Amino acid sequence: MSGLLDLFTVVALVLGALFFLAGVVGLLRFPDTLSRLHALTKADNVGLGLIVIGLLPQAGSVLAALKLLLVWLLVLLAASTVGQMMARVARRAGPPR
Amino acid sequence: MSLTQVLESVLALLVLGAATWTIAARSAFAASVGFVSYGLLLALVWVQLAAVDVALTEAAIGSGLTGVLLLGAVATLRGTEAHTVRGPGLALRITAGICCALVSAALAAVVLTLPESGPTLAPEAMAALPATGVGNPVTGVLMAFRALDTLLEKVVLVLALIGVWSLAPDRCWGGNPGLEHRLSVDGVLPFLARTLPPIGVLLGIHLMWTGADHPGGAFQGGTVLAAMWLVVMMAGVRDAPAIREQWVRLALVSGPIVFVAVGLAGVLTAGAFLAYPVGIAKPLILLIEVPMLLTIALALGLLVAGPPERTADAP
Repeated sequence: MSGLLDLFTVVALVLGALFFLAGVVGLLRFPDTLSRLHALTKADNVGLGLIVIGLLPQAGSVLAALKLLLVWLLVLLAASTVGQMMARVARRAGPPR
Repeated sequence: MSLTQVLESVLALLVLGAATWTIAARSAFAASVGFVSYGLLLALVWVQLAAVDVALTEAAIGSGLTGVLLLGAVATLRGTEAHTVRGPGLALRITAGICCALVSAALAAVVLTLPESGPTLAPEAMAALPATGVGNPVTGVLMAFRALDTLLEKVVLVLALIGVWSLAPDRCWGGNPGLEHRLSVDGVLPFLARTLPPIGVLLGIHLMWTGADHPGGAFQGGTVLAAMWLVVMMAGVRDAPAIREQWVRLALVSGPIVFVAVGLAGVLTAGAFLAYPVGIAKPLILLIEVPMLLTIALALGLLVAGPPERTADAP
């Protein structure tokens, strides 16, 4: 059982890391600000979500698991707010470059 | 080389890279952003060294709050930056380079000649910790063994704020800090400013409370509270208070005043300034920490809000 859970953790963490990698590649390669923001926020949020889900079986207690989920939710809230604000500034600054 | 060593080496290289980028960056804005990332990486280094208290402070104050202050300064100086980027002359550069190299060489020499096990008071501090009633040795040192340093630190914080206020033009003295933030109706920031603070305020108080036995403390908790307040102010949900308000000034000095009062009471009851009578050290530490949390949160928030820039309303 614990072997299966460990396998689940490894798979989820690797998937999460891949999403982070995709986000970074998008940040570096996409042509304009809005696309770069899109790549960064989406990929990072899913990546962090997968990492949190992967860590849940290793948390040891329900309280620790809930704290991990809270961290994810707070990062979601902060990242989506900052993403929106940066996108608005980018749109006001002129046509996409 | 074990996996941990590889990770530590990568982290050290990242810190050096961020530091180099911060110094080499051409614009003040880029340098400030570099400084913030440098601070966050440094916080990871502290975690790796098992100094979680220092990591929390570095992330909150060193990176977060100082970063906001730097970005604020960049925004204020934006108009003047273009005139001042003309580089210094060759002679000055060479002199500065030689001085920097000398300082680095001296630091390296000192680090390399450090004794294998340095002189330390850690065993004595750990042995005396039960008398304070707190379980976190860092809190024990800050609030009991070196309480005078912590007291002076709070006084410095208030003095720094007075320094910032003194930059206000005469007609704005007593008025509201910073420029007015207009509340946008459909903005995402007002949404964040109404959603996040309940969680953040709880977290800030928790950080202060848990600091007795776990990593945390009034400074980290106060920074989180200040951050929540700043989000509210920046979103325009609530304006920064006018600095002539009596409650602002009372709350600002409440931390140092309670600290000094407890310290003076120690002269009568325990025979020394800032000594705690046996058995009630922990309640006294809590009594000091609560107003200190208020002072820190208020002082840090007002430091970022800046000097008064609006005329005081008629009282």
